[in-house]
Amino acid sequence: MATEPKTSFEVGGMGHSVKRKEDPRFIRGQGNYVDDIQLPGMLHMDIVRSPYAHAKILKIDSSKALKVPGVLAVITGETLAQYKLHWMPTLMSDTQMVLPTDRVMYQAQEVAAVIATDRYTAADGVAAVEVEYEPLPVVTDPFEAMKPGAPVLRTDKEGKKDNHIWHWEAGDRAKTDAASKASDVVVREKIYIPRIHVASIETCGCVADFHPGTGKLTVYMTTQAPHAIRTVFALVAGHVGLSEEKIRIVSPDIGGGFGGKVPVYPGYVIAVAASVVIGKPVKWVEDRMENLQADSFARDYHMEAELAATKDGTMTALKIKTVADHGYADAAANPSKYPAGLFSICTGSYDIPDAFCEVDGVYTNKPPGGVAYRCSFRVTEAAHAIERMVDILAQELKMDPAELRMKNFIPPEKFPYHSALGWEYDSGNYPAALKMAMEMIDYAGLRGEQAEKRKKGELMGIGISSFTEIVGAGPSKHFDILGIKMFDSCELRIHPTGKAMARFGTKSQGQGHETTYAQIIAEELGIPAAHVEVDEGDTDTAPYGLGTYASRSTPTAGAAGAMAARKVRDKARKIAAYLLEVAEEDLVWEPGKFSVKGAPQKSKTIQDIAFAAYTNHPPGMEAGLEAVNYYDPPNLTFPFGSYICVVDIDRGTGEVKIRRFVAIDDCGNIINPMIVDGQIHGGLSMGMAPALMEEITYDENGNNQAGSFMDYLVPTSMETPNWETGKTITPSPHHPFGAKGVGESATVGAPPAIANAVVDALSHLGVKHIDIPITPEKVWNILKAKGVAE
Amino acid sequence: MGQHHIQITVNGASREGDVESRTLLVHFLRESLRLTGTHIGCDTSHCGACTVLLDGTPVKSCTVLAVQADGRKVMTVEGLEQGGKLDPIQEGFFQEHGLQCGYCTPGMMMTSYALLKANSAPSELEIRQAISGNLCRCTGYVNIIKSVQHAAQAMAATGK
Repeated sequence: MATEPKTSFEVGGMGHSVKRKEDPRFIRGQGNYVDDIQLPGMLHMDIVRSPYAHAKILKIDSSKALKVPGVLAVITGETLAQYKLHWMPTLMSDTQMVLPTDRVMYQAQEVAAVIATDRYTAADGVAAVEVEYEPLPVVTDPFEAMKPGAPVLRTDKEGKKDNHIWHWEAGDRAKTDAASKASDVVVREKIYIPRIHVASIETCGCVADFHPGTGKLTVYMTTQAPHAIRTVFALVAGHVGLSEEKIRIVSPDIGGGFGGKVPVYPGYVIAVAASVVIGKPVKWVEDRMENLQADSFARDYHMEAELAATKDGTMTALKIKTVADHGYADAAANPSKYPAGLFSICTGSYDIPDAFCEVDGVYTNKPPGGVAYRCSFRVTEAAHAIERMVDILAQELKMDPAELRMKNFIPPEKFPYHSALGWEYDSGNYPAALKMAMEMIDYAGLRGEQAEKRKKGELMGIGISSFTEIVGAGPSKHFDILGIKMFDSCELRIHPTGKAMARFGTKSQGQGHETTYAQIIAEELGIPAAHVEVDEGDTDTAPYGLGTYASRSTPTAGAAGAMAARKVRDKARKIAAYLLEVAEEDLVWEPGKFSVKGAPQKSKTIQDIAFAAYTNHPPGMEAGLEAVNYYDPPNLTFPFGSYICVVDIDRGTGEVKIRRFVAIDDCGNIINPMIVDGQIHGGLSMGMAPALMEEITYDENGNNQAGSFMDYLVPTSMETPNWETGKTITPSPHHPFGAKGVGESATVGAPPAIANAVVDALSHLGVKHIDIPITPEKVWNILKAKGVAE
Repeated sequence: MGQHHIQITVNGASREGDVESRTLLVHFLRESLRLTGTHIGCDTSHCGACTVLLDGTPVKSCTVLAVQADGRKVMTVEGLEQGGKLDPIQEGFFQEHGLQCGYCTPGMMMTSYALLKANSAPSELEIRQAISGNLCRCTGYVNIIKSVQHAAQAMAATGK
């Protein structure tokens, strides 16, 4: 399917599986992650955390801690209150405590911070801080939280009388209800997607370094969005003299982000405050238990879905009502006008004429959040709902789920397609992807095998998911975070010897930007990717951008790279015309050089032109060869795919074994096929994880039941199957080089394929739905209830 | 807190230092010796980011005390490259896109290096079993397994 690359492998433009430029340092152990940074005189910070999910703080006694040799300070909410830094805004314009002055709202909440000369002493100090609490009633269930008489949690908000945060809806309720009522068949299901955690292998942390002499604050931190963070710091701490030009955020190598490194956590703010007050660098790096227990979670969506159709299987209406448990604060990182993210993509790949969805955010005594887990703003929840409902409808209609999908797909000729919930899908060819997946896995053969196995009592299931993503936020008329428009940027400089420096407003966390961005420049200018240095993550040098999450890097910053390169090419053309003594119109561009029409032997390479830009530029023209572009995409991009999963279920243990998993993805034009496949492998694994293993639950007292890797089960090499991948290519019509983004597609598409396969294996027993994670225990209990457990 | 003078042969060179009884090997390596290629991911032996070889055997250095390594040999990721030449396992990870964020990579390579020393032609299942104590969030393991196979083939070809 892939088109032939336009550049040679040596140039390494789009379509080449160029080896990664970042790897030589990583394979030598020479990466530079936050915890690797060690500055002269650096102090260490550790945090006292609450054992209670909801309690009054009666007393914090730091006296014993301060006697520990090497402990320099204990910071409490009272300390920060002196500077009015004890509260901070979340990225959703909610508020959360940095450190409490009177109460804690969730288990593991930050209560105080100890500053010491080394990390062991800081931990000793934490152990010596004595805190007296008075426990308060705990609410962990959002439905309980909404009942009249439930304890009101956000007593800090004046006049707040309940735990409701916001209501958000899209579509036409009355029309959808009417369409549903008039339909032959209506299926309904309650679908819960539990709270999960990205658990990147590197936890979060920072080194805050304030120089009293210069007034400059440098913060090395694990952030996916350094520029936005700089502005947030300036807004939050402006009143204590931190001015934006004096703040430098450096995001060094990042050990996985997946959405968990977008928010501002209290630890960062406390470390900054400590460094400013003490005048020395302060390092804070959380441990794994702090990471799992206190950092922003993902999902926690309680959905009630209703899908209507005619009796021949034509979908007519979709309605979804959702309760979103945000914990103690709405600390998601959604665009500000979209408190439920892009959940209204929930009509998915299907041409459903009427739809309505509504989401209500609710406070509970759990850590704040609502961030992504390797997905664009609530798209995974939406995809899971529709893909499960399609299978439930197929079951009701006794139709093959592939056939039902084919029948209802938005037809390729209907793009750009306007969905009932208001999106304009830029492009798609859904039948092609499903057809390819069915051929690759031999769908018909598998159905035959399944029928045979059922006769023998063996449990085998086949699950399909034909998902649509919505990524690349985004057009600035709709998308902003705290008012900052969601464009992204590139600043491109061509050096005299024809080498390039390209700086971007995003920040790679493993995606390989140093390689793929260089390939974009190579494609546009013919400068070998090996000679394009990519720099991002340092706010003193990179142009402003909103960062890397929601699969937005290629759709936004990647596009900015191409547009900046095209500006450079425009100037290069003028210089070439001057050097060749011809009119600009008489020049022909091919990657790497301009030549004279009809006289191809007369040409100037981009390297010749770069040299001339500094040594022999045309009179009246500015010297130099560089450009900046801030790219504001005209629309989002809509990657899609069809996945088919085959599972076998052990009747003795309830264990679900993924036998095969075929993933056909369409992310538009591909920059680096090797990296795209790597992204899909990782995404599939992070799709399998919540489908079968990961979940954070709380007991009635608000105790986290999965607060370490002992209980929070991240897939190992033993559970993860060999993913089989394939591609269709439907370029985005509005993106400069037709790309769409790929990092999260598989995380969105995989869970329903797996859940559908398990339900399919058990459907003849009357099983209609199982909530993820589909653990052996859950399956075994179903098998037992159905009388088929061994 | 007791203080101890320890001597460890790290990547072939004798290194000495004074540590507390409780100092973890990973902190001694990272903070005293500034060998920061060994990473910390969980402190509880689950993730394997801190894997190093202690007398040739993979250990999770977040749960080994520095004093336990006294008088012994430790090999870290920084010891893989010899004389400016990458070890086959490093080459394998590079060629097969066996890493993304790079954080689990040093531990993953040390575990794989030890596997290949003990078993020069492991099956896919043997590779999966060997690295099952090393978590990776980015790659889905598929390309890590290919990386180890790549290294095994390269070692067989050169008779190493």
